[in-house]
Amino acid sequence: MKIQAEINGEMREFESSPWRRLLDVLRTDLRLTGTKEGCGEGECGACTVIVDGRPVDSCLVAVGQIDGRSVRTVEGLADGEILHDVQDALVRFGGTQCGICTPGIAVCAAHVIEREPGASRERLRELLSGNICRCTGYQLIVDAVADAAARRLARSDD
Amino acid sequence: MLSTTDGQQNSRRARNEGSVGRSIPRVDGVAKVTGRAQYVDDLELPGMLYGATVRSQIARGVLESITLDPDYDWTDIVLATAADIAGNNVIALIENDQPALVPIGGEIQHVDEAVALLAAPDRRRAREAVQHVRVTTTPLPAVFSMEEALSGQILLHGDDNVFKSFLIRKGGDIEAAMAGADLVIAGTYRTPAQEQMYIEPQGMLAHWDERGRCHIIGSLQCPYYVHKAMKVLLDRDDDGVVIEQSVTGGGFGGKEEYPSMIAAHAAIIARKAGCPVKLIYDRDEDIAATTKRHPAVIEHRLGLYSDGTIAAIDVDVVIDGGAYVTLSPVVLSRAILHASGPYRAGHVRVRGRAVATNTPPHGAFRGFGAPQTTFAYERQMAKAARALAMDPLEFRRKNMLRLGDTTATGQTLSYSVGSAKVLDAVARVAGEQTVGSGVDADPAAVHRGRGVSFYYHGAGFTGRGEVHLSGRAAVALLPDGRFEVRSSSTDIGQGTLTIFSQIAATALGVPLDRVSIADQSTRHVPDSGPTVASRTCMVVGRVVDVAAQKLRARIADWAEGNDLADKPTATQAAMMACDMAGTASGEVCETAQYEHPPGIEWDDDTYSGAAYPVYGWAACLVDVAVDPHTYEVAVERCVHAVDVGKAIHPIIVKGQIEGGTLQALGWALLENVVYDGGRVANASMTNCIVPTFADTPELETIIVEEPYPFGPHGAKGVGEIPMDGPAAAVASAIEDALGVPFDELPVLPEVIERKLDPESAS
Ligand code: FES
Ligand code: FES
Repeated sequence: MKIQAEINGEMREFESSPWRRLLDVLRTDLRLTGTKEGCGEGECGACTVIVDGRPVDSCLVAVGQIDGRSVRTVEGLADGEILHDVQDALVRFGGTQCGICTPGIAVCAAHVIEREPGASRERLRELLSGNICRCTGYQLIVDAVADAAARRLARSDD
Repeated sequence: MLSTTDGQQNSRRARNEGSVGRSIPRVDGVAKVTGRAQYVDDLELPGMLYGATVRSQIARGVLESITLDPDYDWTDIVLATAADIAGNNVIALIENDQPALVPIGGEIQHVDEAVALLAAPDRRRAREAVQHVRVTTTPLPAVFSMEEALSGQILLHGDDNVFKSFLIRKGGDIEAAMAGADLVIAGTYRTPAQEQMYIEPQGMLAHWDERGRCHIIGSLQCPYYVHKAMKVLLDRDDDGVVIEQSVTGGGFGGKEEYPSMIAAHAAIIARKAGCPVKLIYDRDEDIAATTKRHPAVIEHRLGLYSDGTIAAIDVDVVIDGGAYVTLSPVVLSRAILHASGPYRAGHVRVRGRAVATNTPPHGAFRGFGAPQTTFAYERQMAKAARALAMDPLEFRRKNMLRLGDTTATGQTLSYSVGSAKVLDAVARVAGEQTVGSGVDADPAAVHRGRGVSFYYHGAGFTGRGEVHLSGRAAVALLPDGRFEVRSSSTDIGQGTLTIFSQIAATALGVPLDRVSIADQSTRHVPDSGPTVASRTCMVVGRVVDVAAQKLRARIADWAEGNDLADKPTATQAAMMACDMAGTASGEVCETAQYEHPPGIEWDDDTYSGAAYPVYGWAACLVDVAVDPHTYEVAVERCVHAVDVGKAIHPIIVKGQIEGGTLQALGWALLENVVYDGGRVANASMTNCIVPTFADTPELETIIVEEPYPFGPHGAKGVGEIPMDGPAAAVASAIEDALGVPFDELPVLPEVIERKLDPESAS
């Protein structure tokens, strides 16, 4: 099937069986390897991408489902060499260690702070709870995302 | 992106001092947050095939035959078996008892043991083809528990199923000492297997070059462990195998020894296929087949005098090694060396055995035996304080090892003892205990309780291990005037790349951006020993520090001879590099080797002396709330004070402590590996759960610094210690909340229900 989708702001058209996992198409066909596979069963969130404004586990999405939609992956967060607030904060606050969970968390957190920049730490934990990190104990990730949210809020106040 | 808060003065100082002690942005941070970091599954080579593993379905038996389904299309699929192995069919480690692939006629020792390999043009085909390989076996009776192993009715190893045993003794006759105590507390403690659950599943990519050299790149902690094992298996010399680490998505010990197995498989099938093969585990396969923390049963007797001092400690430790020896003797050694805890006692006896069963081998996991014994002794100390009606922190303070005291193995502690500092740190922030604790609480109300624990962890290899390893590292001045640090210590998320950059830049006296870290390939870096045992910063970091200082002295000598002594080192280095450009190597390199601290002696025969050059110390406080209806336990507060000697990078240290703390809280409350007939019954992330954001309280971390004179800038190990103690604090907090003891992990709601209400539970 021919699939048309906006990937990180760019219209793409490609051929694929509609049943393949979005994760595989992103990683193999489009060589967007920033999206990771940690479990393949919707548990870890390493494969999180945003489809039409909603975070989804790309290991559970058939690529046919994204026809005519927009997809945002970790490669679409930074503006050239300028990191997204969330990415910058994850580096500064030590919110990435081994880094394998980081693309999924960055994508989800970017979505969260764009929607809910005023979220409390507790609310952030709730909103991010589809993403597992085995390295950090989450504390430094929450610190980072809370900081990125605060910066975003401060900017929108100006 | 350097921290802007400290102002210009500090940033100038940081430039000159190389930033040790400051939390600079991780050097691999940007690559990781942008998704540019290349993990093994992100790598591709031209003509690459995808590998898959055919595994046994029985726990024990003879492998009779491997045949192919005649109705399946095998045209583009390659099969390899043990018959394709060029060298010796073993995964060389401590004992060479584990085959890479079970040969026809050989004995299968556990479920999910590898018997054959496949390679196919894509991953889906490879996995599908596995289903069409027919493996016939003749089952043999198997052993599934430590008790069965010790009964000796079915023999798997020697004449008693014991892989290894140890004995530690201090003082006089233990029974006499117990008889002389005013109070003896005895308990039996059980801890389960634990899955490392690194989020990147294991994987390797192998190819053979035209000169017959095998190149393997993958997710691993210890390049030279894999190198050693591949030389034996593939019958190659040192140059015949090249092992390189790709960016590694977590290890926690799970990628210490097991990667040799996957490297072996990738190499065997790539050779047979004649093209590169990438072998990446599915999550389910990874949980089912790879190593986990050793299950343990620990019997502990604690003799006390009525004034609250410890009279005697007697511990018996049994760990389940699984089907092959792998690292069990070393795990057992660390378990028993930590079994009497950081306490003064005149009389100590510790016995330990690692036994053989038919479960997949257990192996390295953060803490390496110490979390199991720490759980036992800290539950005992909690019971002792309760029995003596003493404040639990006060009880620890009374009995803790201090500077000048002697450990169970007879080691006199002469430096870097942070015991009082960690206890004080926790006591200071503890505050009033939350209300409603204890048996008498309103049964309808949420039950709250508090638990504490206190423990230590020996950093580096045991005894003379570091001397035998003689880890080496090098620092080179490159032709372009930059510096390169060369060591085989990998970054698996714990920050090696960053802290080694800091240590080297500081020693050289050059800005951080002049220093880079060489790729972890056995072709480019010397053997620094494995990336394990909390030794990377403390042991190898020190070697890097010394190598960099030697290089700086050499540059200074050269500058002196060239009238450039007044220039900064970076300038001198640039000019020296120009001067060297014409020479054969074009670089200036200094190598250093591990030097054992003076006066640290160990006797392997009597198991006495200095077990470790130095110890980290820690104390943990946990407040829990137990739901009276569902029996779910919420950790409401977790304070953790850890003495790390010196935090080279405070945020990385904090991240290590918090990550380890959460793995310990998970082990205490919800992580569980369930076995059924030697097979992992919950081999998926859906059923084998680990804590999420929502399960986790705000973690309160206190870094304590009691410097180690022989570590870089005073640093000692931090990787493992945070895993050791929190589980006991959780169990003690639940006991405090409910009034009944919990001596087995995990403390699941159904376990609590069974204890409180045996009738309704049955
Ligand atoms: S890989 Fe998709 S949720 Fe884990
Ligand atoms: S940083 Fe390793 S899993 Fe999150």
